[in-house]
Amino acid sequence: MPLDTRDIALPNWFMPAAMLCAVMFAASPILIAYAPFEGDMGVVSKIFYYHLPSAWMFLLGGIVCGVASVRYLTSGNPRHDRLAWAAAELVVLFGAITLVTGPLWARKTWGVWWTWDVRLTSSLVSWMLAVGYLLVRRYGGPGSDKLAAAMALFGMANVPFIYISVNFWRTIHPLTTVVPTLPTSFGIPLWFCTFTFLLLFVLLLRLRVRLEAQRSQLDAMYLLLDE
Amino acid sequence: MFMRTVWLIVRKDLTVEVRSREIAYTTLFFAVSCVLVFAFALVREGVPPQGASAAVLWIAILFAGNLALGRTFERERQSETLRALLLAPASRPAVYTGKLVGLVMLMSAAEVFLVPLIAFLFQEPLLRHPFRLATIVVAGTTGFAAVGTLFAAMLVRTRSRDMLLPLLLYTITVPVIIAGVGGTSSLLQAEVNDDVVRFWTVLLVCFDVVFVTIALWTFDAVMAEQ
Repeated sequence: MPLDTRDIALPNWFMPAAMLCAVMFAASPILIAYAPFEGDMGVVSKIFYYHLPSAWMFLLGGIVCGVASVRYLTSGNPRHDRLAWAAAELVVLFGAITLVTGPLWARKTWGVWWTWDVRLTSSLVSWMLAVGYLLVRRYGGPGSDKLAAAMALFGMANVPFIYISVNFWRTIHPLTTVVPTLPTSFGIPLWFCTFTFLLLFVLLLRLRVRLEAQRSQLDAMYLLLDE
Repeated sequence: MFMRTVWLIVRKDLTVEVRSREIAYTTLFFAVSCVLVFAFALVREGVPPQGASAAVLWIAILFAGNLALGRTFERERQSETLRALLLAPASRPAVYTGKLVGLVMLMSAAEVFLVPLIAFLFQEPLLRHPFRLATIVVAGTTGFAAVGTLFAAMLVRTRSRDMLLPLLLYTITVPVIIAGVGGTSSLLQAEVNDDVVRFWTVLLVCFDVVFVTIALWTFDAVMAEQ
């Protein structure tokens, strides 16, 4: 049986992109520092430039994980499974950043660390679903790949229900429609940070898929040796 | 053929249950124990907190449902009948539906005792709108069981199934918990707002439709290796 070596060699763009990402991350505090303060929030308003991009990556990771899981369930191709697993880990990572930076912002704006607002609650439940996915992968034993894929599928289908059910309580979170109306002085650092986080997301996803491909290749080599 | 398979599986599960009464008794006893724990924790100086009965009812349904789900498939595993069931010349979605219907019937039977008990202990008019309450409770139970049946079946061969089942179930059924508690609480108000009750009931029914459909579609794929 030929070994599946796809996803193991890193593409040519990987190292330049990694260096660009590092430079952009180093430059982002400077851009954020020069951005004007928002209203009477003072320095806390700067959290926004990391909070919003990480929330978007959290959402993107969830979509990638869900779509890859559906494709794995339909095709049985382990490459989709590896992608789903890698994306789920990024959902937990970026979700944790979102859930830590959110209350820091909320304390200053709303006067409380946590409120049962629709976005906060649905983010927390989605993050817990992703943590559950990883726990299933870790402790589920043989067959946990299919189980986790079904969980991701249910989790993806669940998002609108969580949102609608929690939305019945009045929301106080700012709407996303404010983003296109932001003045340029706020918009430039925000889009810069978003692109930086997107680049980091792609790089980490690629690295994690590579690690899983290496593991499965190693398993396949052990099997070949046994034969 | 589909309906006949569903009926045969429901009849088989109910026959086994009527003979042993294992799940019915243990589930009901566990649910009553949960209610008592909440009563001891929440009732202060003989006065229960207002509106707590809706939350207690749904927590008891969830905990007891989790127990029933675990036992339903544990029984199949112990007697090695799950493989026979899957090898039978019957469609997998029909097997899933049969299991789901059997479980909803068992949980509904437990709820028939549970609702009056909670109304009695927490002194709240839970039975003032019996048909509306029954619709909300059955819709919520179906949603919970739809997800639970699929995951319990998938976990049946997993060593850590007792740990993983509640972990999966409680996070995915969050909308059922919110809508169930919301709908039941709205029925306890002095002036019942019909729009609010309808909203929660419709949300629960939509959840049932979507999740039963996904479960029917995935059951075949995920049970292939059992």
